[in-house]
Amino acid sequence: MGSSVVARRFLRHRSGVLGVVALTGLFALATVAGRVTPAGHRRLTTDYSQAPSLRHPMGTDAIGHDLFLQVLHGAQKSLQVAVVVTVLATVTGTVLGAAAGYRGGWVDSVISRLTDLVLTVPVIVVLVVAAARLRQQRDSWLIIALMISVVAWPQIARVVRATVLSLRNRSFVTAAQGLGASSARIIFVDLLPNAVAAISVSATLTMATAVLLETALSFLGLGVSAPDPSLGRLVATGQGAARTRPWLFYFPGIVLVSICLCFAAIGEGLRSALGPDDDER
Amino acid sequence: MARFLIRRLAHSVPVVVVSSFLVFAMVAAAGDPLAELRSRPGVAPETIALRSEQLQLHKPVPERYLGWVARAARGDLGTSVTGEPVAPLILRHLGVTLRMVLLAVPLGVAGAVLIGVGSALRPRSVLDRAGTVLSMALVATPVFWLAGLLKEAGVRFNEAVGRTVVFTVGERSPGIEGSWLAMAVDRAGHLVLPTLTLALVAMAGWSRFQRAATIEVLHATYVESARARGLPERRVVGVHALRNALIPLTAVVATDFAAILGGAVLVEVVFAWRGMGRLLLDAVNGSDVHVATGWLVVTASVVIVLNLLADLVYAALDPRIRDA
Repeated sequence: MGSSVVARRFLRHRSGVLGVVALTGLFALATVAGRVTPAGHRRLTTDYSQAPSLRHPMGTDAIGHDLFLQVLHGAQKSLQVAVVVTVLATVTGTVLGAAAGYRGGWVDSVISRLTDLVLTVPVIVVLVVAAARLRQQRDSWLIIALMISVVAWPQIARVVRATVLSLRNRSFVTAAQGLGASSARIIFVDLLPNAVAAISVSATLTMATAVLLETALSFLGLGVSAPDPSLGRLVATGQGAARTRPWLFYFPGIVLVSICLCFAAIGEGLRSALGPDDDER
Repeated sequence: MARFLIRRLAHSVPVVVVSSFLVFAMVAAAGDPLAELRSRPGVAPETIALRSEQLQLHKPVPERYLGWVARAARGDLGTSVTGEPVAPLILRHLGVTLRMVLLAVPLGVAGAVLIGVGSALRPRSVLDRAGTVLSMALVATPVFWLAGLLKEAGVRFNEAVGRTVVFTVGERSPGIEGSWLAMAVDRAGHLVLPTLTLALVAMAGWSRFQRAATIEVLHATYVESARARGLPERRVVGVHALRNALIPLTAVVATDFAAILGGAVLVEVVFAWRGMGRLLLDAVNGSDVHVATGWLVVTASVVIVLNLLADLVYAALDPRIRDA
């Protein structure tokens, strides 16, 4: 299937397109806001605990932070984490998963055990412990993205391994082997193109997972560190005020859910664009 | 079957060993567990030296870990920084958390089967569409925000009723005395919202899976042939299709146990429970190596046991696995 066919089929998927548009818009808005008022999310105004208004579209907190700018900034950080995690986890997971599926043997055993690790130990625990160790660092969002990648790649490796495993005894692979193709060539030229659908769908899922893990860590106070706002920390501080200043709790949460919904919609769009024609499922 | 179970157990051992060493090393390197003691005025240097000696802080981390493993193998998980034995400490907190988890899992499964099978039987119906929207929304909702939403809803509900029906703080009322029944009712009132949060999150993904699995089975040739033999639809679906449609969910539920325990940590923070979540965060913040490592080993063991149980259920439902 050519890439133009895939693009056309994706464009027919309305919610998938909407997801791409919404996320791009959010990221652009955050970037523009960052340019116009570089430290706007940190500026303390004299508008304390104000309800949403034209001046402050999402209201302000008790010390006069503009919540809209904070949410934008937090969303941008979350998206950055999501992109870094997805790139790292997808590349690592694809290469190692393909190696495990094609070569089998000890490579497969080691990778399967690593996958077991993620299924046996609650991921959040590994992150909490690692974050406590590393939280003093600067550029905390990058460190958090690295940590999440470490726990995210086995999931993708599992998917790729299963696809490669199902294909490696097919005749086109035997033919390539017979022609003297190297393992690397068989993996990258013959096998992986068949796994693109599975890989891209799990990559989109990884994006949503990364956002959820990053915000969960920040919610526990172990994620993106002050003064950078994170949606997770905004929810945590808004929680106590849910009664008296509901905007502090609801807006960050709604934006967070919307981001994850966009990723889910994009994943669905990719699934239908790359998968076989099947209207009923 | 027995060989399969033994192999599964054997595979779990290196997982627990590797992850426990990582946690041990990271927590040990994260900070000084005696920092609080040192900063307190009037603590004699001898006391600090003694505590440091007891915690073996002067020894290298691998040596401390090996010592810990040797004792853990005999069932002794060491003592916390404050000198409390870790094993009973963890068991006490685990009991609190498992109350919520072991209730949430069956609840989530029941909801997922109802929604999944219902929407598979009537694709594109109102139920199907509502189920799709609900599960997509729930999958996209972070568990800590959902917990906050339900907590808020609980507070409003209590205000509307005029008395506290569902509790929003803690796992039980402090200092409650009285009959066994009064205590059970009190705990149940505290359980409602956290359990519901966890069950909803788990249900979301499972119901999508159950829907797909059911649709697949409904198109299987043996179901077609049952129809072709003129069996009433009720019997085709109820007897032939459903039994097989329910099997794959068991495996999915099993792989999600660890994630559910992770979700429970966040739910506990929101509802201020003193369970495993609080214990872990306190251990990490206080650089309490023994508690953190013990925590990991105990939760991983719980997950492994629950996974094995799920495997047994799977085998009981699917003769192909049982006889393999």
